[in-house]
Amino acid sequence: MTLNKSKELLLEMKNIHIDGFSDERWHKILKGVDLTLHRGEILGLIGESGAGKSTMGKAAMGYTQPGCKIVKGEINFNGIDLAKLTEFEKRKIWGTKISYVAQSAAASFNPAHRLMDQTISAANRLKINPTDVLKKDAVQLYESLQLPDAENIGDRYPHQVSGGQLQRIMTAMAMSPRPELIIFDEPTTALDVTTQVEVLSAMRSIVDKFNTAAIYITHDLAVVAQMADRIKVLRYGEEVEEAETRDMLSNPKEEYTKSLWSVRSLIKPEETNKDYMLSIKNIDAAYGSSKVLHNVSINIPKGKTVAIVGESGSGKSTTARVITGLLPQLKGEIIFDGKKLSPKLEQRSKEELRRIQIIFQMPDTAMNPRQTVDEIIGRPIEFYQGIKGKKREAKVIELLKMIELDENFLDRLPSELSGGQKQRICIARALAANPDLIICDEVTSALDQIVQEGILKLLQKLQKELGVTYIFITHDIATVKAISDEIVVMYQGEVVEQGLKSKILNPPYPDYTELLLSSVPEMDPDWLTNLLNKRSS
Amino acid sequence: MLRLSLGLVTVFAFSVIIFSTFSFLPGDFATEILGQSATKSAVKALRAELGLDKPPVTRYFDWLGNVFQGDFGSSFSGRSKVQGDQGDRSREVVGLIVPRLKNTLFLTGVAAMLAIPLSLILGISAALYRNSYYDRSATGVSLVTVSSPEFFTAYIFILLLATLFPVFPTISNVDEASTLAERFYRTALPVFTLTLITMGHMMRMTRSAIINILSSEYIEMAKLSGASRYEVIVKHALPNAWAPISQVIAINLAYMLIGSVVVEYVFNYQGIGRLMVGSVYNRDLPVVQACALIFASTYVILNLIADLIGIISNPRLLYPK
Repeated sequence: MTLNKSKELLLEMKNIHIDGFSDERWHKILKGVDLTLHRGEILGLIGESGAGKSTMGKAAMGYTQPGCKIVKGEINFNGIDLAKLTEFEKRKIWGTKISYVAQSAAASFNPAHRLMDQTISAANRLKINPTDVLKKDAVQLYESLQLPDAENIGDRYPHQVSGGQLQRIMTAMAMSPRPELIIFDEPTTALDVTTQVEVLSAMRSIVDKFNTAAIYITHDLAVVAQMADRIKVLRYGEEVEEAETRDMLSNPKEEYTKSLWSVRSLIKPEETNKDYMLSIKNIDAAYGSSKVLHNVSINIPKGKTVAIVGESGSGKSTTARVITGLLPQLKGEIIFDGKKLSPKLEQRSKEELRRIQIIFQMPDTAMNPRQTVDEIIGRPIEFYQGIKGKKREAKVIELLKMIELDENFLDRLPSELSGGQKQRICIARALAANPDLIICDEVTSALDQIVQEGILKLLQKLQKELGVTYIFITHDIATVKAISDEIVVMYQGEVVEQGLKSKILNPPYPDYTELLLSSVPEMDPDWLTNLLNKRSS
Repeated sequence: MLRLSLGLVTVFAFSVIIFSTFSFLPGDFATEILGQSATKSAVKALRAELGLDKPPVTRYFDWLGNVFQGDFGSSFSGRSKVQGDQGDRSREVVGLIVPRLKNTLFLTGVAAMLAIPLSLILGISAALYRNSYYDRSATGVSLVTVSSPEFFTAYIFILLLATLFPVFPTISNVDEASTLAERFYRTALPVFTLTLITMGHMMRMTRSAIINILSSEYIEMAKLSGASRYEVIVKHALPNAWAPISQVIAINLAYMLIGSVVVEYVFNYQGIGRLMVGSVYNRDLPVVQACALIFASTYVILNLIADLIGIISNPRLLYPK
């Protein structure tokens, strides 16, 4: 993280144009982006999805995804133009001179091979060192990445280790042939915040140790601030601005960059209510024989927002499934608006079903791809309220207006909508039932920051207008700060604490809450360093 | 273990179905052999002799008990028809089936050894050069071979390789005395037929299993770590494709065995398929039941093997967390 690194040029990309083929025609993905990188330097590439940052990262290897092509531009790596090389020549550089760390480690390891074999496969191709030397080296890399049981972890298969461990093993795999450049493509996006801290620090120290240059691609500003010397912001396939990390954080020049910063400034004053919409008492629940909820009790005040936070596996989504009746509890009871709800979905009345709605994380999979917006929103109107024909259509349009869309969307299919629009349609579908309680299960985690902000504002507006109660399930503390009145912290199937936002987010904390909150990256380039110092002391 | 016992249950269920189906067929061996004009007492006597007068449930368990001891009973045909003739010419079903089963296994075995490697090679190479002319013609031709019925394919072969260009014989009669070379020569046409009718399916499924895997993220990762095209397919895609491929092979081997019923008939090959057709015609229940049970168990065994390969090739199942 020192700024006075060597000024020897490693990679220079000039005027990169890349087109992609989809929907029967060619689209421009990158429209003339430049990029320079010196030896040992880390460049952060940031932007929303669709900005072309991942395409740019892969183009740095001279690689384009199937269906994409480099139209124009030079990619000078060590004086060789990668854009002009044949596939065969590029393969000699891939994996050995430039390596790649993908977003989803779980999907990027071959399930059929042991981790060690995959770690050293690229280095093995160089035929410089014999296999046993490479294996020893890999064990050392595992050690410096702080993997548990470094000696033997390589004998396992990908499914036998956790996501955070896999991500570090992939870093070891990238480092094994001692490349000159590593492309990190959103390596921590799929991880929990507490795991993310470990992975980030492991990656940073190993890149420092071998003085490897890196391009770090992410949509999370706070993360990139910890990793990069310089940051480049991309939008719609064009560069917005580029600056040294500290300059960029303290003094963003472009409006767009400023807007990326401002997302986290959304704040809502907390309020509470002694009148409960829903209380669950001493709930135990299990999938098959494995128990996942232990004695969970939560109160949801009427007309307010309760955020349930915790990492994956903490039981947040399971709690939602129990409330909706998708997973009947083993023990305990659910009181909804003063009345006891039966555990099983089949035994609840239509009215009870109507009053509790859920919005899912992935709008793509939560909608029938062959139904139009009109059908998606219209069905719950007809089913719960019995409104048909012209009246139904009027009602659908009214809902569309509520979510800030209009009647032009009636005939569109989900595939013709953007990510944010899809999630809005899902919100409208939940509203169509005219519910009293909406469970939002990670509704913004698949979306970009700016789109997230729009959705969160919309949800707040709807709460003000309709007085609906929200249960907001998330692992993102920034979202929690923005939207909640009360917070429930969950860990390993138990409630750690519940209380007003101001109480939970301020000291004194129980141990787990402290760990969770301190792991949330902040917009300070020294945050990770300080945190690690504090934790080790 | 669970799969093995499930397989046994399946075979058992099959045996019940087979037995009851044949019991419900109109007419039995006694009426068939004695003709329409037979007196009731004669039919009754013959039934008693064959044990057909006992209730079906008793007969079933008698039969099943014997089958467990490797005794499939005696064939009905060939026994003494005239009262007083002491020479009993009836034959043990086992003695009748075993040589023919060997013949059929020889036929399908050779066909399988030809079809499986060929279709794997063709399928993998088609996936490797996807959308090339080679791929398109291979998948196109295979579609034709899959869609034509086996007797049609057989007659085309006869027309081409026996009539127009007399290379191979049309009749595949082999006996105990035939040498191995002779057997290969005589069974060439039925082997080709069986190969062709199963190869298309296997090849297409291999191709699509591999192409399916080629779109996964770990394949892109393999490419980005510098793996060659060949390495990507053989080292990264194929190990993950064994489960679907072995399932298809199992189905096709079973299909081959069943297809041999028709093919053996066309080429007049002395296999179990022909025997079964003949015995159904004669209402020779013990033989038919034995054949059907053999077909059923082969099917179950093949699927068991495919499941086993699926488990062995998948570390997720082999090494739990």
